[in-house]
Amino acid sequence: MSQTAQELGEKIAAQFPEAFEAPVEFRGEITLKLKDPAKIAEVCHFAKKELGFDYLVDLTSIDNYGEDPRWTVVYELYGMLTHGSYLRIKTDVSEEKSELPTISGVWATANWHEREAYDMMGIRFTGHPDLRRILMWEGYPYFPLRKDFPLAGKPSEMPDVAFTRRAPLEGGPFVTLAGGKDSMDREPRVRTPEE
Amino acid sequence: MATSQEISFKEPAARVAERQAAFGVNDELPEMQGEKMVLNMGPSHPATHGVLRIILELDGEIITKADPDIGYLHRGDEKIAENMTYTQFIPYTDRLDYLAPLANNVAYALAVEKLMGIDGQLTPRCQYIRVICCELARVSAHLLGLGAFAMDVGALTVFLHTFAQRETVYNLAEALTGARFTTSYTRIGGLSRDIPAGWIEAVRKFLDECAAAIDESDKLLTRNRIWVDRTKDVGIISKADAIDFGLSGPNLRGSGVDFDVRKAHPYLCYEDFDFEIPVGSVGDCYDRYLVRQEEMRQSLRIIRQAIDKLPGGPINIPDGKTVLPPKDKVLTGMEELIHQFMLVTQGVNAPKGEVYFGAENPKGELGFYINSRGGGTPYRLKIRAPSFVNLSILAKLLPGHMMSDTVAILGSLDFVMGECDR
Repeated sequence: MSQTAQELGEKIAAQFPEAFEAPVEFRGEITLKLKDPAKIAEVCHFAKKELGFDYLVDLTSIDNYGEDPRWTVVYELYGMLTHGSYLRIKTDVSEEKSELPTISGVWATANWHEREAYDMMGIRFTGHPDLRRILMWEGYPYFPLRKDFPLAGKPSEMPDVAFTRRAPLEGGPFVTLAGGKDSMDREPRVRTPEE
Repeated sequence: MATSQEISFKEPAARVAERQAAFGVNDELPEMQGEKMVLNMGPSHPATHGVLRIILELDGEIITKADPDIGYLHRGDEKIAENMTYTQFIPYTDRLDYLAPLANNVAYALAVEKLMGIDGQLTPRCQYIRVICCELARVSAHLLGLGAFAMDVGALTVFLHTFAQRETVYNLAEALTGARFTTSYTRIGGLSRDIPAGWIEAVRKFLDECAAAIDESDKLLTRNRIWVDRTKDVGIISKADAIDFGLSGPNLRGSGVDFDVRKAHPYLCYEDFDFEIPVGSVGDCYDRYLVRQEEMRQSLRIIRQAIDKLPGGPINIPDGKTVLPPKDKVLTGMEELIHQFMLVTQGVNAPKGEVYFGAENPKGELGFYINSRGGGTPYRLKIRAPSFVNLSILAKLLPGHMMSDTVAILGSLDFVMGECDR
């Protein structure tokens, strides 16, 4: 392995001075946090062209509900034909803005990953060639992976689709309650039937 | 480091033009052409292996545009994971790539163990048994993938041969885990149970029979004129495209990229074994078939080495705060009772942090990104499903091919919608 993730991370940080927070290492993985999400496409382009990160493994979005900024988008980079090192870049996006530049022009695989992030959390990627829902159906009104979306689903106005009404036993006395802190809270036996 | 080979490749537009020229389609005579037709393939079509839907735009029999539509099997696994403990999510991993549940269990357990920093403490016996599980799952998944691929392009016999072997793998899984299909075999820090008596002998018998069955399907297909005609030079994926679209597993290696997580970043005890990574040279459906065929042989080789060297000792790490204590001790010892209670009600105590772990699964790299804020429940768990990523190339790959090639291409990509849609 010619270059370690740490060296590569330092190179990116040197190319974009002041743009990154100090790298974090956890379980042998380096995470770089980009302060300004608008620069993400530029950073990814540099990482691919100059540092040999030819493979985008994964793209994830996180909902930091109740915090500001609300969204975090995480990019998992890998150098497949070059150095064989992983690097994670992440960036925060505020709820008011909820958008950042697409990187589908850098790695084609980002196209579907970004569509998924949009579909599940409602983060928009500017410049994306085809930003449609991918797992949920066209016209579905919610973003189900947001933390304020209940696990059981929500009624929707669309006729003839799933989740138009609550499941028969939902909220009943024998159903595990989702979202509690631990299984003590979720356990049906601790609740009285009226709840 | 991964090496690769050059592959000649034409862009879809050039392929469309070439096909049109070959079939005498002439743009100067528009009245001869007629209109383009939109054909809806799936979500319930025998060749789409589940509920994939592709909206195809056809010019005669030539595909000019393809728009895959996925999500018909979306169950919200990532949402569900945020609402339960790490251990409770193990059964859900069975239902990702439901053709290789054992491999999913192992990949998920390793991701959580990496988050907790205990992946180095796994006992040797646990690691060996997990390797055997992964490779059995790979053989089983490839047997079905090949059988279904061959059946789709008209060779029904192969499917019957490979399915007979899969039945044996299911029997082995049943003896090992108690379930044929939904195995849920791993636990955080170990396994749910040890190998039962007589299992190793059964595996040895299976290895011999399966090698013979693979040779049989090899004889039925590899030099079969119809098979070669249907698959050779069909669905060529260039090396650059394969990497750009993030393909993984046999689909990536079929395109000439020598990358396998088991070799590049060995996990478990894969560096203990002697095995080779088959790589294609053209990147067509035929190469992907050959790669899978050879991978099964290599998997059998790994299993044989693993059962020969299988170490003794415990299967779980000796930490009551991670692995459930033995039941008889729970009923007699105070400390074990507390551990049992805490593990069942609160789950394992994972630290704050984020990890990504990818394992080489039959369909490609199955990765789990876990973002933890501490405690027994993940704050965010993202599943990097290989089938999802592999299918994203369809919009680029299909145009320029004949309608009937779609079936061969889909079969050769070997995807599972349970994993793709999550």
